[in-house]
Amino acid sequence: MKLLGKLDWSAIPLDQPIPLLASAAAGGVVVGVVIYAWVKGWWPYLWNEWITSVDHKRIGVMYIILAALMLLRGFADAVMMRSQQALALHGAQGYLPPEHYDQVFSAHGTIMIFFGAMPLVIGLMNFVVPLQLGVRDVAFPTWNNTGFWLTATGALLVNISLGIGEFARTGWLPYPPLSELAYSPGVGVDYYLWAIQIAGVGTLSTGINLVTTILKMRAPGMSYLRMPVFCWTSLAANLLIIAVFPILTATLAMLTLDRYLGFHFFTNDAGGMPMMFVNLIWAWGHPEVYILILPCFGIFSEVFSTFSGKPLFGYRSMVMATMFICIVSLLVWLHHFFTMGAGGDVNAFFGIATSIIAVGTGVKIYNWLFTMYGGRVRFEVPLLWGLGFIITFVFGGLTGVLLAVPPADFVLHNSLFLVAHFHNVIIGGVVFGAFAGYEYWFPKAFGFRLHRGWGITAFWLTLAGFVLTFTPLYIVGMEGMTRRLQHVDNPLWDPWILLAGFGTVVIAAGVVSQLIQLVVSIRMRDQLRDVTGDPWNGRTLEWVTPSPPPTFNFPVLHDVHGEEAYWGMKQAAIAQERLYDEPDYKPIEMPRNSPTGFITAFFATIMGFSLIWHIWWLVALSFVGAYATFVVFAWRDEDEYEIPAEEVARIDRERRAARGPEWLASLGPQA
Amino acid sequence: MSKGPTPSEVASVYLQHGPYGRGHDVHGHGYPEARGHGAGGPAPKRVIVGYGFWLFLLSDIVMFSGFFAAYAVLVHQTAGGPTGRELFDLKRVALETALLLASSFTCGLGYVAATMRQQLQTQFWMLVTGLLGLAFVILEVVEFYEMIQHGAGPTRSAFLSAFFALVGCHGLHVTVGGLWLGTMMAQIWVKGFRPVIMRRLLCFNLFWHALDIIWVALFTIVYLLGAGA
Repeated sequence: MKLLGKLDWSAIPLDQPIPLLASAAAGGVVVGVVIYAWVKGWWPYLWNEWITSVDHKRIGVMYIILAALMLLRGFADAVMMRSQQALALHGAQGYLPPEHYDQVFSAHGTIMIFFGAMPLVIGLMNFVVPLQLGVRDVAFPTWNNTGFWLTATGALLVNISLGIGEFARTGWLPYPPLSELAYSPGVGVDYYLWAIQIAGVGTLSTGINLVTTILKMRAPGMSYLRMPVFCWTSLAANLLIIAVFPILTATLAMLTLDRYLGFHFFTNDAGGMPMMFVNLIWAWGHPEVYILILPCFGIFSEVFSTFSGKPLFGYRSMVMATMFICIVSLLVWLHHFFTMGAGGDVNAFFGIATSIIAVGTGVKIYNWLFTMYGGRVRFEVPLLWGLGFIITFVFGGLTGVLLAVPPADFVLHNSLFLVAHFHNVIIGGVVFGAFAGYEYWFPKAFGFRLHRGWGITAFWLTLAGFVLTFTPLYIVGMEGMTRRLQHVDNPLWDPWILLAGFGTVVIAAGVVSQLIQLVVSIRMRDQLRDVTGDPWNGRTLEWVTPSPPPTFNFPVLHDVHGEEAYWGMKQAAIAQERLYDEPDYKPIEMPRNSPTGFITAFFATIMGFSLIWHIWWLVALSFVGAYATFVVFAWRDEDEYEIPAEEVARIDRERRAARGPEWLASLGPQA
Repeated sequence: MSKGPTPSEVASVYLQHGPYGRGHDVHGHGYPEARGHGAGGPAPKRVIVGYGFWLFLLSDIVMFSGFFAAYAVLVHQTAGGPTGRELFDLKRVALETALLLASSFTCGLGYVAATMRQQLQTQFWMLVTGLLGLAFVILEVVEFYEMIQHGAGPTRSAFLSAFFALVGCHGLHVTVGGLWLGTMMAQIWVKGFRPVIMRRLLCFNLFWHALDIIWVALFTIVYLLGAGA
């Protein structure tokens, strides 16, 4: 037995300059940042205030930073794919050999869904939901931190595969029999499996945490039908996480058993059934897209209402539509493989169920339009993303309904038409939604707004680039071009492929604008300062707090008397021309920070890596380490600390001072 | 559909009562009478912990349902190898069932002793629970060992793959539960019956009983139906 399992020097891709240089550059940046922070003496602050933080707001921000890094990585993969296809015309081979191109598209999908979109959405929910519920934290703060670091472990493992070994060449969902050991003998699929399993533990803990928080921890008086719509859509998404992520865990565990211990769940021989994998993985995979999109629907609901200066149109129908989508999303998974051959009756059932789910979404679209109707619409950046979403998402939804018709799907299955469709709903829905939420809640998180001009630039470039990239893909897909091709030999498609490549350049300009926006906003933070904590004239409880909110969120919990509690309080204050009387401040106990999550994730990273490379002694050692961490955590005596009443009073008096009569007068009488 | 109060009605309530009418949740521990149904504010810690753990158990049951589904699909895919009827020894399985159900009973007795703050009784019943669980796991390991010796290991056929994965997953849960049990016993011994430890003991009890529920399904679907068919 070798000490390092399958690991040796051949794992470093010395013959492939692109992954080698990319991983060297990424590693160099990481080391550089670590050293820079060390020289500057930032580490004690970072360790005490962020890495070990159990504050839901800080964890939310860390999720979004992770997501932003991974979105850039995934976007780099996208640029490589589009440029490879654009360069490999007329028999040319381009610059990515097929076995590398396979890894690029697999990594692109895996990273974008699991480590880009998911942390983005989870980060926003983590930050916003307790604030909107009017409470001080989530149900399980230390678990929250642990979940984040386990997600980061998964992201780290996927990125390690760039420089040590290889990544999967099987697509973002590793369909057997291709992903079985017989056809994928390398470590690529194993990187995928362990990265997703470890990150999946983090996602499940978020799901449990947020559902418990929403159902059991709300401000007094906040009955279900007084919760903000974002809380409703977060509830639906997290219920779906609890319902379907365990299916993913089970399915990937089966594939792992096949690969590691010679089981026969999905093999061609000994009675295994590859199509069972496809069924199981989509029983998770379809609800997964609603896990991503539902919170974004919630963001748009908040944004349309706030920037139209009106309550959301049809609040109750919005809640019903959300829960309807939540349930029906579990009944449509087979539309991902109508071509399996399940027969006309089965395909008809799933085709009709898929079309019906569009009704719920249609209700929402009309509600948003009617919210704007008759309102005083302010075209701030979050609302622009919202308008862009409505237009693009309707097209994405319509092509989805087209694909839901089995005969049409037989023609378009696995074509670029499909690729264009799901990018249309995921970029137009999830990404635009998350960007709207980022612009909308950024001042709440950091105390200053993002620069408006650069935000508008980023929006228009991204929207235009999106249309330029994916419209050509719809067209060539309709004409029969299949997905995942390293090069194409049909000269008729050349113009479309070049146009899609150009569109990607425009999207890249949008990405750069957004980065510039962040830098410019940080530099101009004094001009962009949000002094009052309510920069958009908001309607929900997160805008009661100062920006950024104190650790404890609320000095005393507020009573909720209606759907828009904060709006009601604000109108009462405007009518009285002053804020309500100061409350009786008391000391507040808050959970202590804990390194448990970080240390657990440290051991999980080692365990995942050694499982991938079959280093069994290290697997055992890191398991013992993780267990010991758990015991040490369970043994601690002090898990809370007290914030004195004077400190609470000082923070709240500052907030009250910023909300003086001039501010109330500036809001004016409006109901 | 009935509508909630209009924004101006809400504003007038705040005008009359102010924003903090119902008393303050000073320490963030929740209102003792609250059950989280909206009116009372955050629920007490015990309710929150128990509720969260129930959600975890539900997710665990969903994971098992994935393995059950795979077993149901693959049960006849024996690839010319042995079937359940030839392999399952119902007497041993009956003994395993008896051990596990008895361990749930003793686990409950341990919790009762803990609510009465009886250190020795609690330790005794938890030890009995652990030993019964251990006996269950040993019987299962022996069964697996014998099957593998007779050429009926998980690599023989898809049916046996699904069988070993499903039953083994349950056995793994019992083993991890045993590890948790030992940790809890040490903790109760050192730290006594603090509220945080009582909450954990409640969660452990829920976990142990959930394993019973899964075993009952497993016993019926895998062993009884398998031996009869």
